Amino acid sequence: MRTSLRGTTAALATLAVLSLAACGSGDSGDGGSGDATGDGGSGGDAVTITWWHNSNTGEGKDYYDQVAKDFEDANPGVTIEVSAMQHEDMGTKLDAAMQSGDMPDIFMERGGGELRDKVDAGLVKDITDQVGDQLDVIGGQAAGWQVDGQTYALPFSLGVVGFWYNKDLFEQAGITDTPTTWDEFYDVLDKLEAAGITPISVGAGDKWPAAHYWYYFALRQCSEDTIKDTVASLEFTDECWVRAGEDLEQLVAAEPFNPGFLTTAAQSGATSASGLLATGKVAMELAGHWEPGVMQGLTEDGQGLGEATGWFAFPEVDGGDGAEGAALGGGDAWAASADAPDEAVEFIKYLLSDEVQQGFAELDMGLPTNPAARDSVSDPALAQLLEVRDSAPFVQLYFDTEFGQSIGGAMNDAIALLFAGQATPQDIVDQTQAAADAEK
Amino acid sequence: MTTADSAPGAPSAQVPPLEAALNARAASRRGRRRGGVDVRTALEVTLFVAPALVLMAVFIVWPVLRAVQWSFFRWKGYGPLEDFVGLRNYVSVLTSEVFQGAVLHNLIIVVASIAIQLPLGLLIALLLNRRIRGRAALRTIIFVPYVLAEVIAGVVWVQLLQPQYGIIDQWLGALGLPSPEQGWLGTPDLALSTVIVVLSWKYLGMAVILLLAGMQGVPDELSEAAQIDGASYWRTQWHITFPLLGPTMRTWAFLSMIGSLQLFDMVWILTKGGPANATTTMATFLLTEGQRRSNYGIASAASVVLFVVALVLALLYQRFILSRDNTVDRPAKTPRPRRSTPKAVTA
Repeated sequence: MRTSLRGTTAALATLAVLSLAACGSGDSGDGGSGDATGDGGSGGDAVTITWWHNSNTGEGKDYYDQVAKDFEDANPGVTIEVSAMQHEDMGTKLDAAMQSGDMPDIFMERGGGELRDKVDAGLVKDITDQVGDQLDVIGGQAAGWQVDGQTYALPFSLGVVGFWYNKDLFEQAGITDTPTTWDEFYDVLDKLEAAGITPISVGAGDKWPAAHYWYYFALRQCSEDTIKDTVASLEFTDECWVRAGEDLEQLVAAEPFNPGFLTTAAQSGATSASGLLATGKVAMELAGHWEPGVMQGLTEDGQGLGEATGWFAFPEVDGGDGAEGAALGGGDAWAASADAPDEAVEFIKYLLSDEVQQGFAELDMGLPTNPAARDSVSDPALAQLLEVRDSAPFVQLYFDTEFGQSIGGAMNDAIALLFAGQATPQDIVDQTQAAADAEK
Repeated sequence: MTTADSAPGAPSAQVPPLEAALNARAASRRGRRRGGVDVRTALEVTLFVAPALVLMAVFIVWPVLRAVQWSFFRWKGYGPLEDFVGLRNYVSVLTSEVFQGAVLHNLIIVVASIAIQLPLGLLIALLLNRRIRGRAALRTIIFVPYVLAEVIAGVVWVQLLQPQYGIIDQWLGALGLPSPEQGWLGTPDLALSTVIVVLSWKYLGMAVILLLAGMQGVPDELSEAAQIDGASYWRTQWHITFPLLGPTMRTWAFLSMIGSLQLFDMVWILTKGGPANATTTMATFLLTEGQRRSNYGIASAASVVLFVVALVLALLYQRFILSRDNTVDRPAKTPRPRRSTPKAVTA
């Protein structure tokens, strides 16, 4: 028995050693063959571009596959590896890719402070010289993706935030005109309350939907110059930032929001802020251009609010220094990683071409930035948004994006606390300033 | 007794053959160990322990060391580690009101979990330990919440707890009872208690199963003897079952404590740490700082603090509470001679 046990052990040990050795040789074998193909690839003048995007379903995915194929056909030797991912997955993967340095050649970029950080870390390619003409076409819309006068990405969709509302519920409450000032807005709230309708849903559980209110009040209270100076200096000393919080405090005090709004999610499920609007439980919600699409996904018939979908701009604030009609928004741009081949930048230019942007607009995949695609937008609500965006004196990037995640996160947290009645307008400014000081 | 004591481990004629062989094996081992390094044992140990050690090194030791390293830098999650800030990240973590609140919430959850689940678990385990109709079904029902994936259980509770439209509020309304206007999870003063209720529902099953297993190990003879002496049911439980369950309870409480300190998923699904930071835990704090704000240095510092807190509490618990259970094992290390002796005598 003893011998046999020992024999077994010995056999096991031998097996284990052998398998370890096999692993070792397997690894080196893989590495070797990998290198070999790598050499072969670069030897043959062929270029492979990796492209990550988030149109991972239906027509949008097919469209982008076709776009990649068209580019390959027009540029022999170029291969585009398309990875269509779910939006959150893409974000996680991008974070990991940036940490490891093994980045896709073309990726989506939201601009602002996040982009500045990546530029500082040397992760993003300066494409200013190569995209010249395409940049002229897009014009000032690219401002959020420029750092120190250099362009690092081209926005392909730029949306604005405003109030999406349920026309039927407004009618039911006897509201004929959408409000353009805050006095009118409070009248609307009163009428809705009187009709037994919860006026507004807000996903304060996710913080940013709540923060959009403060951003917009700040945009109404602060002049464009003040905002620009603050972005550069990170000094929130102007009184207008406090006034924004006071306006918001007044709105929160009117209690227009859905029950449980402090933990309500933005857009996941029927009980999220978007879900409540889509199912007729509330009359309106402050959200971006994505809202009709999100609502369609949250209703069983896939229609969202359908014909009852309405939109109006964030009302003007009396006595504010903000430019009339200024819009809060944000979008997505195509950026190239620092070591991406030149062909990748050519592909980005192609993605912004009249042709590709028109197809993009026809499928309602977003709000195109190329003016040539303006008339191709088929959805009436999106077409209306496009008009608002293009007539706005300027589109301010969401402040959390503009100031970067560190400052923006602190800002959003403080704003969410104000919604809970646990922070004052001055607290928002102080906590944002503290986060900004830590960045300097 | 004499043979065994005078020559421990030496085979005696009356010992059954298998036992003798085992004793001989043990003796020869001891002999060899005395003589020098037991190469085979060392090989065996290395062979079987190595894979586990490698996994631990790659997935536990290395990340811990990296977190410690990152905690001394200001780092956005990409680019080189250059901006050395010394202990500044620790200062900002420890002075943060949100983090202090998070530590407090963790401690409240540690205490509340044990205070709620231990008595409840004992009662249910006692009930399920008796021969009652449908015992198997009841055991399953009690244990199901624990088996359910955390995320699924969380999402279900979020739906149940929806203000106005949720089932719980509707039932309360039907009974004419008021429910909080902002919902159970949306009211800052109620959110943590609500989370604790959900956690108790989720983890009670584990306490019950462990305690039940412990009760199976309590010899029936003891309670029978007590009953013959006229002890009531509760007296029997109090003086016999509960003391003998001590090791099980202490082990369960240890697991519960560590789980509460690291609590993340259920809180994240129910409240994301809100409303107004009423339910933040150390884990939600570090995720918010890291993933959401890209302050990986601060997040790493927070994770090191969490690590130290958990480690210190675990060591203290081991030293002062579990130590009793551990010392029980020691005399049992030389059982063989004793066990063979009575047999030898009776034979």
